[in-house]
Amino acid sequence: MSSRNAMRTATLPAPLRVGLSRGGLEVKSFFREKEAVLFTFAMPVILLVVLGAILNGEIGATGIDYRQYLSAGIIAAGIMSTTFVGIGVGIATERDDGTLKRLYGSPMPRSAYFIGKTICALVLSVLETALLLVIGTVLYGLEPPGDLGRWITFGWVFMLGVASCTLLGIAISSVPRSHRSASTVLNVPFLVLQFTSGVFFMFGDLPKAVQQLSALFPLKWMCQGLRSALLPDTLLVQEPVPSWEHGRVALMLSLWCAAGLALCLTTFRWKRRDDR
Amino acid sequence: MTAVEVRDLRKSYGANKAVDGIDLDIAQGEVFALLGPNGAGKSTTVEILEGHRRRDSGEVRVLGCDPGRATREWRSRLGIVPQTSGDSSELTVREMVRHFAGYHPEPSDPEAVIHAVGLSEKAGVRLGRLSGGQRRRVDVALGIIGRPELLFLDEPTTGFDPEARRRFWKLIEDLSHGGTTILLTTHYLDEAEALADRVAVIARGRILEVNTPGELGGRSAATARVGWLDSGSERGVIETDTPTQVIAELSERFGGEIPELTVTRPSLEDMYLSMIGGPA
Repeated sequence: MSSRNAMRTATLPAPLRVGLSRGGLEVKSFFREKEAVLFTFAMPVILLVVLGAILNGEIGATGIDYRQYLSAGIIAAGIMSTTFVGIGVGIATERDDGTLKRLYGSPMPRSAYFIGKTICALVLSVLETALLLVIGTVLYGLEPPGDLGRWITFGWVFMLGVASCTLLGIAISSVPRSHRSASTVLNVPFLVLQFTSGVFFMFGDLPKAVQQLSALFPLKWMCQGLRSALLPDTLLVQEPVPSWEHGRVALMLSLWCAAGLALCLTTFRWKRRDDR
Repeated sequence: MTAVEVRDLRKSYGANKAVDGIDLDIAQGEVFALLGPNGAGKSTTVEILEGHRRRDSGEVRVLGCDPGRATREWRSRLGIVPQTSGDSSELTVREMVRHFAGYHPEPSDPEAVIHAVGLSEKAGVRLGRLSGGQRRRVDVALGIIGRPELLFLDEPTTGFDPEARRRFWKLIEDLSHGGTTILLTTHYLDEAEALADRVAVIARGRILEVNTPGELGGRSAATARVGWLDSGSERGVIETDTPTQVIAELSERFGGEIPELTVTRPSLEDMYLSMIGGPA
């Protein structure tokens, strides 16, 4: 018996391997769940098409169509939808229905669960962003980043946006009491932030107080960073500050990553509230 | 060697003493059943042993380790079939079982396990489309895929039809013959009687008795009840410690065959109900 145990110790599967396997499983189950696909993945696409059909016109004398501005904002919102909302509601549901408890009792390495969620968030965000980018380009004349510098900006803003929103989604999943309230708990802040962060309305047109409040949260900085990569610099005259503030974008999103990670490490619950 | 060793285990939820000083010893290879009414402390006890809940006090050793300090290595030696699982997974039975096999150092062949729990025909079906009993069998498959040394079964056959229950019993017998130690909680006394080497009756957080199913509550020594159809339509009944002699006398009286003869001893259920009904 002891030799059998010793052998077992030696061959416990590596966390990264289990994590990759979980990632594949997460993506597969996501696309099989029609409601999740509709609410987190298809919603930004629907919003972009519907709002784009209703609203248009040039922004000032910048030569930029409002719908291009909208496209950049919806890409940021799409990242937040698939990560913050999708991951957050997903984990709250898994906590409620016993999935987390089963995993907790298994020899799955704890890190593998989060590796899986991260892979899922990344894959969904890449697909979502690509889809929105194509729609913006084809329907509204949005131009993909024109040079390497803009691609690099696009890349790091995307990565920091995915990372901060995923971590916040994991952290906030411990707040709702059940999966029934999870969707509300996550969608309300997301919806409010979309109105106040420069997704639907131009950020420069918003009241100063709203601008300052929104600047505390990541979505505003994701929108701004993506605009800097996707829209011409002529837009800068419409921004509250005539600069893309890349340093600040990176700083704010990094701070939110750190805060999200700290929250995850301190508040994550594997069990329901009534399971002690 | 002892698979499970518990001394003076206690756990309260507020003023409610869910587990109020329990001792348990389960030998390696044994099938051990915890019987008790709802709220008796069965599930709390089992979840403490599984490492799911913290205890307030007491000594606990499960496969030589403290479940409060669970490691992956220790968890890989356990199999857990939880009481309820409502995960409405969009994955198929085969995908799920294969994936869980990947958590373990020496898993069984997923197809063999799916076959063993009787789900071969449903292997390609998504979990959300299975019946309650079929879902339960997936739980069992996930519990045994890692070839556990100790298997926890928390009310495993709730919602099974009689045929599925019989098949499940066979599966548990096979696992037991293969050397797996099994700790079972159940409401069903016939299940405990069919499967368990020993039974513990638990009520109000305490263990009332630990015994073999046949000996529980002094059952084997209990008075037998001999009944028959007396002259006309009256039923005669005699409670006796010597039923064979009573039958011989009756046989003589009737000149051979005794009409509608019955000899009964109290069932496990009778003993159990009188135990949990009485003062703890």
